[in-house]
Amino acid sequence: MSAEEHAQADWEPTIIAFLCNWCSYAGADLAGISRIQYPPNVRVVRVPCSGRVNPLYIIKSLQHGADGVLVSGCHPGDCHYISGNYYARRRFTLLKGLLESVGIEPGRVNFSWVSAAEGEKFSQVVTGVVNTVKALGPATRLVKRG
Amino acid sequence: MSELEKVLRETARRLLEENQVEVIIGFEQGTLPLRTTPCFIRDPDQVDRLVWNASCGNNLAQYLHHTTGKVGIVAKGCDARAIVSEIVERQVPRENVVIMGVPCQGVIDRRAIEALTDGREVLEAYIADGKLVLRGAASEETLDLQDVLDDGCAVCQHRDPPLYDILLGEPIGGIEGAAVRPTVEQVASWNADERWAYFSTEFSRCIRCYACRQACPACYCPECFVDQTQPSWFAKSDDLSDIMAFHIVRAFHTAGRCLDCGACARACPMHIDLRTLGKMVEKDVRELYDYEAGMDLESVPPLGTFRVDDPQAFIK
Repeated sequence: MSAEEHAQADWEPTIIAFLCNWCSYAGADLAGISRIQYPPNVRVVRVPCSGRVNPLYIIKSLQHGADGVLVSGCHPGDCHYISGNYYARRRFTLLKGLLESVGIEPGRVNFSWVSAAEGEKFSQVVTGVVNTVKALGPATRLVKRG
Repeated sequence: MSELEKVLRETARRLLEENQVEVIIGFEQGTLPLRTTPCFIRDPDQVDRLVWNASCGNNLAQYLHHTTGKVGIVAKGCDARAIVSEIVERQVPRENVVIMGVPCQGVIDRRAIEALTDGREVLEAYIADGKLVLRGAASEETLDLQDVLDDGCAVCQHRDPPLYDILLGEPIGGIEGAAVRPTVEQVASWNADERWAYFSTEFSRCIRCYACRQACPACYCPECFVDQTQPSWFAKSDDLSDIMAFHIVRAFHTAGRCLDCGACARACPMHIDLRTLGKMVEKDVRELYDYEAGMDLESVPPLGTFRVDDPQAFIK
C-alpha cells in the first residue's frame, strides 16, 4: 500500500456544524450527557440562531478544510427569536439550490432541525451526515490549495 | 435621428426646463461605433446628446444610487424593472424618479458581431430597418439585427417597462415562445460534475476586476463582501477557490433580485457566462416562492419574508 492509499484508507471527514444556541446545541449537549454515541468527525460552532448563519460561513468552511457542513436550528415554530429559522430556511433553500447548480455535490451541505430534547436525533443526524460525506470522499471542489 | 430619439430629447428638455428633474440619466454616443455611454444632463441645451438605439446596453438604474435630487431616467424594460426593485428595497424614493420608459427591441451583443466579422475593425456602423450596416476600412457588410441580438433579449418577456411616468413609443409586448435561453436549459440538464466543469472553466478566466458588480443595478452595498477586510472573507487572489467563492456569493446576494438584464455579462472583459447561474437561481425563486423581481412596487422580496409552510424537504 502506498502512502497515498494509506492516507485514503485512514481518511476521516471533517464536518463543521453550526448549531443554534437554543435547540441544536442543547440537543448535542443532551446527546453528550446521555452518553449517546456519535462520530467524532464533527466540529461544533455555536451560533445564536440558525438565522445567524451567514452563507459565507458555509462557503468559507468548504474552502478551508471542511469536507461537509451541517447547519442545525430549532424546529419551525420553536425559534427562540420567533422567526429566525423561517428566514434561514428560505436562505438555505436558495443556497443549497445554488451550490447544486454550480456543481457542489448535494451531500456536502446539510441542514436539520434538532430540538433541545432530541439528543437521539442529533446523534442520528450527525451519523447520517458523516456517512454521506464519507461516501462522497474528501472535498475537492472549492478547496483552497497552497 | 429616429422618431423615438426626437420624442426623448423633447421630453428631456421639457422635464429640465420645467424643473421637474435636476438631471437626466440617459445614453449618448460613445467614442467607438456601436458603443453608447451613460450620460448625465443638467442643462436643457445639452439634451441633443441623448440617443436611443440597440447599443444602449448598460443598465442605467445602477446610477440612481449615485445621484441626489429628482432624477429623470431613460429606462428600457430591464432598467425599469431594476428601478422597481430599488424602490421596493427602499434604496430610491419613488417620488424622486421620473421614469421615461422605452419599449426595447433588444440590445446588440458586441461579441456576436466580433465573431461574425471575424475581428475586422468596424469604423462606422448604423442600424436601419432591422439591419446592421458595418463599414470597415475596405469593406461594408450588412448583418441581420436578429443575428447579433443579445441571447437574453431574443427570449425577453419584459420588453415594455412595467413602471413608467412617461412612455416613449408604443408598447410592444414580450416575445412569444420559449422563455429560457438554450444555454440555461442545457446546463440545468447536466449532472453535478458536468456543471462544476462548466462553471469552473468559465469562472477560471475571471480576473477579479469586479466590472460585473459595478455594472449590476442590484449590487449597491456601500462595502462589498469581497472588499471587506475585517473580516476578510475571501482572499483577493486568482485562486480558483476564491474566484468560485466570489461568483457563488455574488449569485447568492442577487438571488431573488437578479433581473437577468445581462449588464454584468456585457461588462465582463473576459467574456464569462455570468448569467446562467443567476438564471438557475431565478428559476428556484419563481418555482418555490412565486416571485419575479422588478415587476411590482407592492411586492416583498422573497428573502425578506417567509411563509410558515415554505418547502423544506431537504432539511433533516
